Amino acid sequence: MNYTFRTLRFDPLKDESPYFQDFLYETEETKTTLEALMDIRNEQDCTLAFRYSCREAICGSCGMVINGRFELACRTMIDSLKSSVVVIEPLPNLEIQKDLVVDMEPFFETVRKIRPYIFPEGEVLEKGCRIEEKEMERIFQYINCILCGCCYSACPVASRDERYLGPAALAKLYRFVRDPRDMRHFSEWSKVNTEGGVWGCDTVFKCNEVCPKDVRPADGIEALRRKLVLEKIKRLFRFKR
Amino acid sequence: MLSQDILVVGGGLAGLAAALACDPQLKVAVISKVHPLRSHSVAAQGGINAALGNNPEGRDDTWEGHAFDTIKGSDYLADQDVAELMCEKAIPAIYELEYFGVPFSRFPGGVIAQRPFGGAGIPRTCYAADRTGLVILHTLYEQSLRRQVKFYNEWLVTKLVVKDGKCLGVVVFDLQKGEIMPVKARAVIFATGGYGRVYLRTTNAYINHGSGIGIAYRAGVPLKDMEFVQFHPTSLYPSNILITEGARGEGGYLVNNKGRRFMEDYASSAMELAPRDIVARAIQTEIDRRNGFENQYVHLDLRHLGEKKIKKRLPGIREISINFSGLDPIDTPLPIQPAQHYSMGGIDVDIHCASRMEGFYAAGECACVSTHGANRLGGNSLLETVVFGKIAGEEAAHWVKGSSGSKDEEKHLLDAALEVKKKIEERQKREAGEKVHRLLNRLKLIMSEQVGLFRNNKDLGQALEKIAELREDYQRVSISGKCLRFSQELVNIIEFESMLDLAGVITLGALNRTETRGSHYRLDFKERNDKDWLKHTLVALKDGKPQISYKEVHITKYEPKARQY
Repeated sequence: MNYTFRTLRFDPLKDESPYFQDFLYETEETKTTLEALMDIRNEQDCTLAFRYSCREAICGSCGMVINGRFELACRTMIDSLKSSVVVIEPLPNLEIQKDLVVDMEPFFETVRKIRPYIFPEGEVLEKGCRIEEKEMERIFQYINCILCGCCYSACPVASRDERYLGPAALAKLYRFVRDPRDMRHFSEWSKVNTEGGVWGCDTVFKCNEVCPKDVRPADGIEALRRKLVLEKIKRLFRFKR
Repeated sequence: MLSQDILVVGGGLAGLAAALACDPQLKVAVISKVHPLRSHSVAAQGGINAALGNNPEGRDDTWEGHAFDTIKGSDYLADQDVAELMCEKAIPAIYELEYFGVPFSRFPGGVIAQRPFGGAGIPRTCYAADRTGLVILHTLYEQSLRRQVKFYNEWLVTKLVVKDGKCLGVVVFDLQKGEIMPVKARAVIFATGGYGRVYLRTTNAYINHGSGIGIAYRAGVPLKDMEFVQFHPTSLYPSNILITEGARGEGGYLVNNKGRRFMEDYASSAMELAPRDIVARAIQTEIDRRNGFENQYVHLDLRHLGEKKIKKRLPGIREISINFSGLDPIDTPLPIQPAQHYSMGGIDVDIHCASRMEGFYAAGECACVSTHGANRLGGNSLLETVVFGKIAGEEAAHWVKGSSGSKDEEKHLLDAALEVKKKIEERQKREAGEKVHRLLNRLKLIMSEQVGLFRNNKDLGQALEKIAELREDYQRVSISGKCLRFSQELVNIIEFESMLDLAGVITLGALNRTETRGSHYRLDFKERNDKDWLKHTLVALKDGKPQISYKEVHITKYEPKARQY
């Protein structure tokens, strides 16, 4: 098969604006988009920049937009695209550092903001703690998150409002709040009871659609909303009594 | 000049464990060539061993039993005191991980679940479905955020700077800036991972070039037992993505084209759960005898486990099979073949993770503390990273507190950085030259065909000659383009030099070791020979040439015996 890889190029130190460059690519084998990009880099233009690591959709390095779809390049077979033209763009709403490499720092900053670590009770127990698996089941969906940033990049709210924490960070917060081992106080996690937090989401569910790991971050945001409201009512009730 | 008390190189499990163990009073930073969460530790699937005794079939498990299995699995090349230390520390290490937030799978009653793994008499592999590496790496990263560990991401270390046998720091290539610069440190801990990409077929990530091991070797630190290269029995054909041993631990069968569970012929008692070296050779033998499919693979059949168990315990490998082979293990057997997976050998360090060079430590796959010997058991590598990563951090911190700086450090570091820079500029000036990815492909072919699962004198000798030829060609490699920002080409050029060194050391060790032990299988010396070869291989660079020596194995109470499974 013959393909044209229409790849976005941009070096902010040199170019005035991003542009597309076409690479012709021929292969008889079933290849992933990442393999094709590596072949193109090796054989046609060694300066083409993109990130990669595991090639098995678990490290989260190679999120990009392939023919308009948010995807991990490593798990996207080029024949599955059913098109001889393959348009490759970097993740939007993040600054391009070079070609397909974007600055992920704003994304990781949102993750850091929610204090993404367990607030444990006491010290390590000599025999560990006991938790039934069903108590953990609610968080399994969220621990599949690989922090690739696709959801953050695709989120219309995050793109227009930089205060917004975005889907991945909020879903991660829910992962901790629901963890039976996590002792963070209501006053700590209810900091997301704002427009920059859970109420910022305008429920278009773009994050659920683009997530390559089926995390469905919006489920977490909605669950956080419910939990917030419920906690408030509980607190009010307790106060009155 | 950037200056740290302790510099950890590598942001995978061993690196993060080391950084977390350093005294918080010290100035500690982690340098990683990728974002830490992109490290290959993330891809570990099946689990982490500890004698918790939670499985109903292993209530009376002990760490001594774990140590025995590890030592027997190592074909008695493990240092027994080291294996004992790791297995004893395994139990508190798991509970610490749990405390840090790792969402382990659970048994009824709420204890951490444990599954059977290869080479273990008792089910003792703790897991989080089949994404154990993912959850542990993310958890340790979370803990590093809590502790506000300083990270320098997308920095590739290119050189260790040494003066009078003392480590002064490193030279790095900053990918984002495209610049070379020195970093001063009173102690350096390497946790740089393995070198899977030296081979054509490997389960390892694209980034696993093993350059850390090569850098240590260039700096004069000996490498130990490098000829012991683990081939994982079950990698998915043709992408060679790992299919966890947990799939067999949960009850999966290996089947040849006659529909037979052929492991009966190779390990009639342990069957599919024999150690990896034995299962990998069995699979390759079946393929070579034309009992495979398309002369490339055999089947891993999970269908009898049923949909519920596969979805609950092995969701990750199901996802991988569907994504990368278009097959659902619920309905179809998986095509699998052996592929390079792990390096038992590495930077020679002692039980404290200290090398012979003052202020230089190593932990994880890049290191050889000698706990895996000639063959590592599944579930022991994650364990090694957390146990020895922690020890490396503690020991380095202890050392830094008692050490003093040397004179002219900065000048030395600057000179070293300038030297690296000059070399790169020379390559940039070349109009045309060799392309590094072509050389890399040639190297992979040599290693796969002549230094693979089955070895012999002739092939190993030829491989050494071809590696020497490659070294000549490497001198002519050029860099295209002036801009070095995010230049993966430059990363590959820098790392390829290390890969040549590693390939040479692996092959030399394999050529000299005229016996079969664990993963090192010599067709011309098919027996283990304890009389002459119960010893570690050490290869050090002296006057530009590899010099080989040997070191005795520490035996505590487990007398070397023949391995039966």
